[in-house]
Amino acid sequence: MIYFNNVSKIYKDAVALNDVTVTITAGEFVSIVGHSGAGKTTLTKMILAYDIPTDGTVFFESLNVHKLKNKDLTKLRRRIGVVFQDFKLLPNKTAYENIAFAMEAVGKTDLEIASDVPHVLELVDLSHRLHHFPNQMSGGEQQRLAIARAIINQPELIIADEPTGNLDPINTHEIVQILKKINDLGTTVILATHNKGVIDSVGKRVITMENGKVIRDTNNGK
Amino acid sequence: MTELKRITKAGFINFKRGGSVSMVAVIVVIITLSVITAIILLQAVFLFSLNVIRDKVDVRIYITKNTPEDKIMFLKSSLEKLPEVAEVSYMSAEDNLADFRLRHASDYPTIAALDELNDNPLLATFGVKAREISQYETIANFLKSNNASLMVGSVSVVDHTNYYNNKLVMDRLNTIISGAQRLGFLITVILIIISIIVTFNTIKLTIFIAKEEIGVMRLVGASKMYVRGPFMIEGVIYGIVATIVTLILFLPITIWLGRNMTDFLGLNIYNYYISNFFQIFAIILLSGIILGGISSFLAVRKYLNK
Repeated sequence: MIYFNNVSKIYKDAVALNDVTVTITAGEFVSIVGHSGAGKTTLTKMILAYDIPTDGTVFFESLNVHKLKNKDLTKLRRRIGVVFQDFKLLPNKTAYENIAFAMEAVGKTDLEIASDVPHVLELVDLSHRLHHFPNQMSGGEQQRLAIARAIINQPELIIADEPTGNLDPINTHEIVQILKKINDLGTTVILATHNKGVIDSVGKRVITMENGKVIRDTNNGK
Repeated sequence: MTELKRITKAGFINFKRGGSVSMVAVIVVIITLSVITAIILLQAVFLFSLNVIRDKVDVRIYITKNTPEDKIMFLKSSLEKLPEVAEVSYMSAEDNLADFRLRHASDYPTIAALDELNDNPLLATFGVKAREISQYETIANFLKSNNASLMVGSVSVVDHTNYYNNKLVMDRLNTIISGAQRLGFLITVILIIISIIVTFNTIKLTIFIAKEEIGVMRLVGASKMYVRGPFMIEGVIYGIVATIVTLILFLPITIWLGRNMTDFLGLNIYNYYISNFFQIFAIILLSGIILGGISSFLAVRKYLNK
């Protein structure tokens, strides 16, 4: 599904990715681990074409993501759900509107929006926060809302970049369980984290990165 | 259609939720539109004053005594055919005498001297107004060059004109008027450019606040237009609200100016404002909408390419 072919990214004074070659198949749950600055976030940004590689290519199925025209890139992004450490919710929109926006962006009808949004909010246990703004919600609730937004359009891939970084252990556990459930339903999940506990609780494929290089790729969840 | 409806609705909601940011943007647009409205009113006063000055200037052509009427009429029609001529008015020698007596009614020695004369000493005249002050010279040259066709025997129909007596004053007036027009235009352009820059930067600032939001919208798969649209609608709303407030604000201002400054300005600003209200409204509304909409369009562009 996703192919990184000898991808390197060099910023002015730092190497973020150093000749990375990785293949991720559809339906996998892949954790990318490493210390801060190891290159986890840069790697996930490459899939979204949010960053351009200095060298190498990134394919999403048969699409070279960095060669896509603007319109096609928008279409690709609609096939990917994204969850960030800092949630990246739209601050001036309510929980309902944040999710509705993602649906409107892909051209869903008002009827579909009205029926699906309450349902997905119920899935992440936020039914009681329907008309609250992000700043009126706790960190855990905001992250659950971000996940709801990421899954609402039934994407083929979920990228979660440090989704538990700002959360307490209880909320962390909840988020990991939700991501596992999403993966069980067939969606590919890429989870970037530096939390060992999270990786252990997932127990799936782990790619370890250091100084922009993949130093280990195991399937035993360690 | 659904997308347009959603974009419009989002623009309105953003404006409403923008709170103080929206208010600041509207205030800045009000300032810009007020500058434009003030310029429109000042230009009206300026043009009115210029027209008053222009109206006071004319060239008088004195007709030689005993010129046959057909020759006078020929001169009149020749003058009227000139593209530079705006108006030709004829006064017979009798009319000029009556006018003279009226103007000097309290000047007893002059009237007494006039009564002593058996004959009317005044000549018939043409008052000629040119479209522009600079065009009087052309008219004067025409009278000279056409003299052959305006002869009665060996005597010219035109006894003399006062153009050459007034030439210096006219030239100076012409320089002042064209200088004032150029200066007025320059000041107008500078003020409008400054106002547009200030407005653009304020709107740019309001969008800078939302730059991360724009990035998120793009990441969840929103098209450029779907991201940009609400910001443009918000910009247009700034323009519409600012237009309404500006035009309301100018109502008491023009009433006061109309009551207290009409003598000084020579023009009742309030009457001008009311009688040209729809034209001013259209100019200000269009300026507001274009300013708000285009500023937003340009300001969002910078953050859309992620």
